[in-house]
Amino acid sequence: MLIAGALLSLPLLALFAVLVGRRDAAHSITYAGCFVASIALLAGGLTYLGGHDASPRLVLPLGLPWLKAHFRIDNLSALFMLMINLGAAAASAFAVGYSQHLPQRRRVTPFFPLFLLAMNLVLMADDAFIFLVSWEFMSLASWLMVVSDHTEEENRKAGNVYLIMAAFGTFCLLPAFGLMAGPGGDFTFDAMRIKDLGLMGGFLVALLAIMGAGSKAGLVPLHAWLPLAHPAAPSHVSALMSGVMTKVALYGMIRILLDLHGTLSWHWGAGLMLVGGITAVMGVLYAVLQDDLKTLLAYSTVENIGVAVIGLGLAIAFKGDGQTELAALALVASLYHMANHSVFKTLLFLGAGAVISATGHRSLTVLGGLLKRMPWTGTAFLVGAAAISALPPLNGFVSEWLILQSLFKGPAMPHWAMKFGVPVVGAFLALAAALAATCFVRAYGIAFLGRPRSTDAAQATEVSFGMRWSMVVLAVLCVVLGVIPVTVTDALSHAVQPLTGVQFAVSADLGWPWLSPVSATRGAYSGTILVMFGLALFAIAIFTVHRLGTQAIRRADPWDCGHPEDIPQTQYTSQSFAQPLRRAFGHTIFQARETVVMPEPGDDAPATHKVTMFDPIWSGLYAPLGRVIGWIADHVNRLQYLTVRGYLLMMFLTLVFMLLVVAVRQQL
Amino acid sequence: MNAMIWQVLQIILVVALAPLITGYVRWVKARLNGRRGPSPIQPYRDLYRLLQKEAIVAHSASWIFRAAPYVTFASVWLAACIVPTFTTNMVLAPAADLIALVALLAVGRFWTALAGMDVGTAFGGLGASREMLIASLAEPAMLMVTFSLSLISGTTAPGQIVAFVLAGNVGVEVSLGLALAALVMVAIAENGRIPIDNPATHLELTMVHEAMVLEYSGRHLAMIEAASMVRLTLFIALIATLFAPWGIAQPGAGPLGVLVGMGAFLAKTFLLASALAVFETSIAKMRVFRYADFLGGALLLGLLATIFLYVSEAV
Repeated sequence: MLIAGALLSLPLLALFAVLVGRRDAAHSITYAGCFVASIALLAGGLTYLGGHDASPRLVLPLGLPWLKAHFRIDNLSALFMLMINLGAAAASAFAVGYSQHLPQRRRVTPFFPLFLLAMNLVLMADDAFIFLVSWEFMSLASWLMVVSDHTEEENRKAGNVYLIMAAFGTFCLLPAFGLMAGPGGDFTFDAMRIKDLGLMGGFLVALLAIMGAGSKAGLVPLHAWLPLAHPAAPSHVSALMSGVMTKVALYGMIRILLDLHGTLSWHWGAGLMLVGGITAVMGVLYAVLQDDLKTLLAYSTVENIGVAVIGLGLAIAFKGDGQTELAALALVASLYHMANHSVFKTLLFLGAGAVISATGHRSLTVLGGLLKRMPWTGTAFLVGAAAISALPPLNGFVSEWLILQSLFKGPAMPHWAMKFGVPVVGAFLALAAALAATCFVRAYGIAFLGRPRSTDAAQATEVSFGMRWSMVVLAVLCVVLGVIPVTVTDALSHAVQPLTGVQFAVSADLGWPWLSPVSATRGAYSGTILVMFGLALFAIAIFTVHRLGTQAIRRADPWDCGHPEDIPQTQYTSQSFAQPLRRAFGHTIFQARETVVMPEPGDDAPATHKVTMFDPIWSGLYAPLGRVIGWIADHVNRLQYLTVRGYLLMMFLTLVFMLLVVAVRQQL
Repeated sequence: MNAMIWQVLQIILVVALAPLITGYVRWVKARLNGRRGPSPIQPYRDLYRLLQKEAIVAHSASWIFRAAPYVTFASVWLAACIVPTFTTNMVLAPAADLIALVALLAVGRFWTALAGMDVGTAFGGLGASREMLIASLAEPAMLMVTFSLSLISGTTAPGQIVAFVLAGNVGVEVSLGLALAALVMVAIAENGRIPIDNPATHLELTMVHEAMVLEYSGRHLAMIEAASMVRLTLFIALIATLFAPWGIAQPGAGPLGVLVGMGAFLAKTFLLASALAVFETSIAKMRVFRYADFLGGALLLGLLATIFLYVSEAV
């Protein structure tokens, strides 16, 4: 009832925003309504998580006349409802204040509730028709917000690429569901679960589902749209697209691969794990070289999706091999990481939004010193940055720890591909985690620390109450999800149980605060204990130092090895910070080249320093593909100008061809 | 109950011993250079002197600058409490394993790097940038070492690895040798020793760690210095414990066993510290852009260590 009411209120809010969009208050009211609806959906999700048999079902006489619309909330849906509506609530609360500054807000506000509605419906869908319609709706609603500021050339390009890739995703999912429904055309999920797909069908469904849902989630090499589209939207929408919509995509992948598909061999898991590893490393390598704060965050989303997919791939591999306990562990780890990412990525994008509304810039080069001017935003962003860098005791570390632990159990499988593949993926994951820390030290240090690099940054002031608190609540959640890991894993194992078939307790051996996935002696972790001891040691250190020594402090000019400059431009910039990394990693992968032109002695021309880089995936895959499609389109274009006779001839030839096919098939 | 006592003893031991180890390394290096060198207990005096001086904080510094020394010290200290030195029977043992240890060290590094950038000087940024480059390769290398140890012994908890090795389950393996080499390279990088960094230099082109903490003075500097001393102790203890665990008291050992463990730990520590001094004296500092080769090598050694396990299994 609560859920239905919340869902129905969302389109009404959209309508309200369209009708009264001229008034300033209408936008705040709409977002406040979205906030309330998200909280209601959150509560709804919470009540259904853990109810094993009583998954509520609903059949409405909507949609296709012979199919009707099926809805169901099982544990997995309820879990994802929690993740999604949590991010949605924070983004809505943030937008109440943030939307006041947006020039294009009348092109954004009406679509926001529709976007929330579509994402929730994807999770509740219990037949392929509702699933796909909601999925498309989700893509289009977000696309409209991406192109809301269409006066910028960049945004138009982003919208264009996004639309093509969204169409590609659906183009893959459509036949996947078609194959699962079979010639009988029973599109309910219940029918798909019991259907045997056969060898070829099973192969195609898995491939299409990974490509379709993977392109929406941002798996390399299908990620190209993500770092263009996510930053182009207003920040509260970016937060939803990066923090939340990618989770809906992963939900689709889990739903199809682990629930509907039924029999998936371990090969798929191994492949998916490798793709996840490559995605993680590539994503973070791109991220660490970006100058635009929002693009950096978008690439970091690619990385985190890769990390979650490593866990998902492992779960599939373990399940395919019959090791359900380990499959449950890997899936818990993966889901944990998704939940964490939805919290801290939403937080970081909202932080970026706060920076933009305070300074008007999103390029790191002109920021600096914001922590002193925006203490709340700066502190919340710091928590998010530490969490995404997988630092204990925050939540990002727990999920990476669990994924590493399940990865370390990978070689237990009797397949050579897994024995050799798992260490390589482990190295990828470790590299991605370390580079993520580098990436966020750089982003935070350049934007929030040091001295302001422009007057806009120097004049920044703290954002309004609602924006501030939506970030603070998310930051607190980052801590809470990290400090009580066992409570979280217990909740997650409810969702995992129907998929892997085992009741799984991650804390089986040692009890509540100890996370000991396989057994007590195989390595354990306890965020709770670690925080308590860490705080105690911290207090002892401070107490002893102040007791033994002096407490005096003197404020002075910086020393800087004896020659301080009063020019903020002498600080390290985002580019100079990235330079060693560019030389170490970018030289081969991105063909990064630096050219320095020094004028002759006596010549007073300025010296120049230029960096050139190539995106191997864009120029190696997308650009040629785009050229081929363009070439085909040019040549097919001729068909538009045929005579009536020509069209009739073509219809005739098509008919003959079809009949021939039928005739040949009957002969066989 | 015993586990609690040994844990408290360990917490005190790592902090109390750390300056002595650093002082000892400096003393041996001075002797090898033909100098008399300051007494090995000089670092205690230095730390005390720093505590007495007022701390100078730049106008542009935020609260991060003032919090970072304590956070760094506490996180490194916490990490050092987890590595078994003289006994594996400790309360905190199940709270964190080797992966958490790597991450705890990352916490300290994260804060130091941020503090380096906080004041807004060129050197701070330079140090932070180089430190993070080193970390981005050293950290995965250390995780790969953890991976291969966990494949050999089936666990990531250092105490359990020790128990596994002491039970005589492990012979001489190529993998162990490779993992040891990788861990030593990581230890050199993480502690800012030659050839990666020189803890005694203030030459601007070669500084890494020193560049980050250039603005610190007084008790803040004392905390930073103490943290790097504890970190050195931690890595020496880690190498000694994982690759030469002989003598360590296991759960169930009486006070005599613990005493033997303590003696063995001190002997191993000073042996390794001497080896470090000899190594540092006999090698030159490396160019910044060659770090990637050095640490990439460590990462690949770690990876090879895991792969070799299966090769030796198959042969």
